[in-house]
Amino acid sequence: MSLNLERNSKWMEGSGPQADIVISSRIRLARNLKGMPFPNLMNEAQEVKVIRQVGQAIRAPGVFQAVGELRLQTLRELSPVERQILVEKHLISPDLAEGKGEKAVVLRDDEAISIMVNEEDHLRLQCLLPALMLHEAWRLADAADDALENELDFAFDQERGYLTACPTNVGTGLRASTMLHLPALVLTKQAGQVLTALTKVGVAVRGLYGEGTEAHGNIFQISNQITLGRSEEEIINNLSAVTVRLADQEREARELLRKQNRWQLEDRVGRAYGVLTNARILTSQEALQLLSDVRLGVEMKILRGLDQRLINQLMVRIQPAYLQFTAGKEMTPFERDVRRAAMVRELLAG
Amino acid sequence: MLCERCQERPASVHVTRIINGDKTELYLCQECAREMQPQLDFSIPKFLAGLLDYDPGLEVKAPPAVERCRECGLSYEQFHQTGRLGCPDCYHYLASRLDPLIRRIQGSSQHRGKVPRRAGGNLRVRREIERLRAQLQQLVEQEEFEKAAQVRDRIRDLENRLGEQGGWQ
Repeated sequence: MSLNLERNSKWMEGSGPQADIVISSRIRLARNLKGMPFPNLMNEAQEVKVIRQVGQAIRAPGVFQAVGELRLQTLRELSPVERQILVEKHLISPDLAEGKGEKAVVLRDDEAISIMVNEEDHLRLQCLLPALMLHEAWRLADAADDALENELDFAFDQERGYLTACPTNVGTGLRASTMLHLPALVLTKQAGQVLTALTKVGVAVRGLYGEGTEAHGNIFQISNQITLGRSEEEIINNLSAVTVRLADQEREARELLRKQNRWQLEDRVGRAYGVLTNARILTSQEALQLLSDVRLGVEMKILRGLDQRLINQLMVRIQPAYLQFTAGKEMTPFERDVRRAAMVRELLAG
Repeated sequence: MLCERCQERPASVHVTRIINGDKTELYLCQECAREMQPQLDFSIPKFLAGLLDYDPGLEVKAPPAVERCRECGLSYEQFHQTGRLGCPDCYHYLASRLDPLIRRIQGSSQHRGKVPRRAGGNLRVRREIERLRAQLQQLVEQEEFEKAAQVRDRIRDLENRLGEQGGWQ
């Protein structure tokens, strides 16, 4: 198997514009092949055919020149734990990991590019970069898309744009999103109000693992709602602007906390660090909450000697599948909690 | 008190009806009240829906036959249940019901984003002509006639290219 599941993804780097609040930026393009039913109506032979066509396309010289080497991995060849790790690293959706039928994922070595094959659409091309780098992610996705279009016949309509299985994606097929760490807005009880206001400017808010998930560890994902009638640049500019505004709001809340509740804030950060470096049993929920406090300490320069890259790595490594994979065996939830605590202690001790 | 309609069950519903100014009061049991519902029920949404259907000067349209995509066979009702279309051609064959929905959720029905090089047909050229026309307008306003002439020639070239490809599709 060519997959290196333990490798760190590009998005975990923790540096770039607005990196004190924005964890990562993602561009997703939905594309479908002409003359083929959408995945929900495909039979197995058609699923295999799509995977084969995509597998051929990514080996074309033009694709290699545009974005480098891409590798295809069928999900059938992966164990449930291995699939789950790809979800925990935000490279594929839970739907692709759990879905029945023939599915595949295409990855670039740095995991900045991933293509889900036979999810809701034939291709879901994703570019995932650290911090606020939506424009960079779009340029990468655009280049990959151009190169793939030379090899594959995409379903496109002059009026409606790129045709997708769900009309909520038709047009550009573009979903731009950013992942933000907003603990001060949560602590000062402004998060609900601020995030509700976003829906009025065409921005949707979700939890850590996308649609229908909760915002664990004060991490929120925001994305554009509308995909038709606006250009990709307009959609991305709008989401970038909203992300910056949201980061400003969070920064204001952090400064307010520093001014009005300095000791409580430093105490909270210090205690979280204390527990993480000493606990012997940690549930993933507790670990995510404590990591959020420690991340806040790092981002506000209360805690020194730690960096965001390590926190991002920890956020992935404390997840159940990753823990079991590195342990090399299936574990009960309690065994995982013990191993999680040991792993966090070891990594934080450096 | 017994129900005035069936004279069997105890009356528990008091109904006042006003028809052409004549007021009648009825004391009914639950069952009879329910049975008389169509007469008694006045629902504002239904009333409004009735108004919308009322189209003076036009005949009442027959309900459309079940619409299906001729490529994959998906009906609009099936789409309605799953929220997923069956194939790219569904957009064409189910357009009469799908397009209003798309306008409602997207606020638009015209793609303004990226046009793929191969599958985009002449849309790329048309977009370029639109852009050049706007530029031409601006140059004329600024009295930059020499540059405007160049842009005009470029538009002509592109329009000829469209003509050769079989016109505006």
